[in-house]
Amino acid sequence: MITAITMPKWGLTMTEGKVVQWLKQPGASFAAGDELLEIETSKITNVVEADGAGSLIRIVAPEGSTLPIGALLAVVAPPETAAAEIDAFVSQFVVVEPADTGSEDVAAPTPRELEVLGRTLRFLELGTGDVPVLLLHGFGGDLNTWMFNQPALCSDRRTLALELPGHGLSSKDVGSGDITFFTEVIEAALAALTVERAHFVGHSMGGALALALAARRPEQIATLSLLAPAGLGPEINGAFIDAFMRASRRKDAAEALQYLVHASSSISRAMVEEFLRYKRLDGVASALEAVAHAWFPQGRQAVDLTASLRALSTPVQIIWGSGDRIIPVAHSDAASPAAVHVLKDVGHLPHMEKAGEVNRLLRAMMD
Amino acid sequence: MPVKTMRQALQEALAHEMRRDPTVVIIGEDVSGGAGTEGGRDAAGGVLGVTKGLIKEFGESRVIDTPITESAIMGAAAGAAVTGLRPVAELMFSDFLGVCFDQIFNQAAKFRYMFGGKARTPLVIRTMVGAGRSAAAQHSQSPYHIFTSVPGLKVVVPSNAYDAKGLLIQAIRDDDPVVFCEHKLMYDLRTEVPDEAYTIPFGEANVVREGDDVTVVALARMVHYALDAAEKLGAEGIECEIIDPRTTSPLDEDTILDSVERTGRLVVVDEATPRCSMATDIAALVADRAFSALKAPVRRVTAPHTPVPFAPSLEKLYIPDPDRIAAVVREVHGFVQ
Repeated sequence: MITAITMPKWGLTMTEGKVVQWLKQPGASFAAGDELLEIETSKITNVVEADGAGSLIRIVAPEGSTLPIGALLAVVAPPETAAAEIDAFVSQFVVVEPADTGSEDVAAPTPRELEVLGRTLRFLELGTGDVPVLLLHGFGGDLNTWMFNQPALCSDRRTLALELPGHGLSSKDVGSGDITFFTEVIEAALAALTVERAHFVGHSMGGALALALAARRPEQIATLSLLAPAGLGPEINGAFIDAFMRASRRKDAAEALQYLVHASSSISRAMVEEFLRYKRLDGVASALEAVAHAWFPQGRQAVDLTASLRALSTPVQIIWGSGDRIIPVAHSDAASPAAVHVLKDVGHLPHMEKAGEVNRLLRAMMD
Repeated sequence: MPVKTMRQALQEALAHEMRRDPTVVIIGEDVSGGAGTEGGRDAAGGVLGVTKGLIKEFGESRVIDTPITESAIMGAAAGAAVTGLRPVAELMFSDFLGVCFDQIFNQAAKFRYMFGGKARTPLVIRTMVGAGRSAAAQHSQSPYHIFTSVPGLKVVVPSNAYDAKGLLIQAIRDDDPVVFCEHKLMYDLRTEVPDEAYTIPFGEANVVREGDDVTVVALARMVHYALDAAEKLGAEGIECEIIDPRTTSPLDEDTILDSVERTGRLVVVDEATPRCSMATDIAALVADRAFSALKAPVRRVTAPHTPVPFAPSLEKLYIPDPDRIAAVVREVHGFVQ
């Protein structure tokens, strides 16, 4: 059988992607989960992994080419396949644009809004299933934090990505901005969404929130996955927090965001622009200031949840990048070693920098 | 995110700031948009519909229709600004600046300096620029370079709806006089624009497209033509970096110079006439400050040094187009000493 590798759609806004590098060459065979190529998106470069085993017969999209989502990138077929057959497959390939199919499951996902404690919160719901997955972003993050994860997790589950107050396009009023405020907001949001129990996945500050919620309402939480969580030690990169808060121009913003990823990877221009567009909104500067003041005063973490982590009866895993320059990976010592996954050459965004691996770990935890 | 026209984006910026700050007022010819017509006030919402709905929400004390007298509009607005209001004055066509230049050039622009820094002049002058509607020589010019040449004025030249909203809110909140130039062919251009208020700082260029071969600096409508040209050139293997300065005063010199340091080649695209213009100014900046980086002569793609023709066929030739831009970029790219 001849099949196609096509340009994936990651996140809400992706319309095209750029082929950065092929990691498999024509003629190579691969197994499910093998890394095939790197694609530059509106955030950072991500790796396309193989769905199943096969042989890469022909690369159609050369390195450096920018193509719309759904476009043919390469052909997968048994090695003995005749060249003419492959030619015919390539020439007859039709790009299926999600918007053109009219079917609901591939229509562009649209975030919705809910009213909680006098604030409007944006959330994105994808997929269906019994026990949903709740995704909680970190300080300064938004729904798009999960652009590589939510589309992968939603194939057989209900997933809910919540945009916290002060973040993304949710209301900018963060009250005291402290952990009590945010946990109350999340509890109210879950009640409004009639979610009684969920798998909690939290990144950074969102990890601390997930942990705090697990301690308060253990019955509400099926499993807990913490990605580079806050709250497990006093250290945090104060220079990053300062740069993140101060940046109002592209150059400063790019420098601040660079701290987030492993030194060798790079932040795209579109990600910098998206960050600036967020920071320019009325109310964002004071919201971030209130949150930073409550959580990271004088460049130290004020929230300590190590006792909560130790007392936890919920199944928990911690995923951390070995090269995290925001919160040191050593904070994972607070957990039992069996629950900790340290990813090599990864910074503070494991779910973006090594999306495939993190998605596998998340699935394994929930199954 | 909602997609809006530049007209809607500008209207939202005005409405938002008028709600937020009671000292913001609008003054100009037919800004209520239809007084004296059958439909009455707000029937048209201003000559191009930008002030639609404002008279209804804010009333005639804050949306002030004036007689056809630009000198009185700008004089009243400058005086109001220096005595505590934040007027947004409309100079319907920038071509009419000659009638009210004293009020802008010698009064509003000088107040802060002449009063020893004790006076603030939070005045915005919204005005239309640009050719392409066959509106003839007296209604088609792009004289933002004239405003730019005046110390004490800030000058904004947006190229899309998102920028227009953020820059207009910034202009209204700014404590100095700002001339806000709207290209009359761009009101219907759409892009994603948040419902919320936001500001874009002045003096921060937008890198619209990244490329390593040729830096192309373009303003307003020419940004889109430069993008069209860059698409074609990309297929030929020439990658343009397109820079939209967004404000000509202050001008983001660093972004332009950094880009030329990398590409070694500069083409400036400007719909205005070429003498003493933005194209000439930016060419001079690069010749002065990045000479050693240059691999080819700096080239300008501009209108000719003539009035804007009325005849549509001639007007089309007058305005730089993607083919002309692409041809000049190819020459610069292929230049051999």
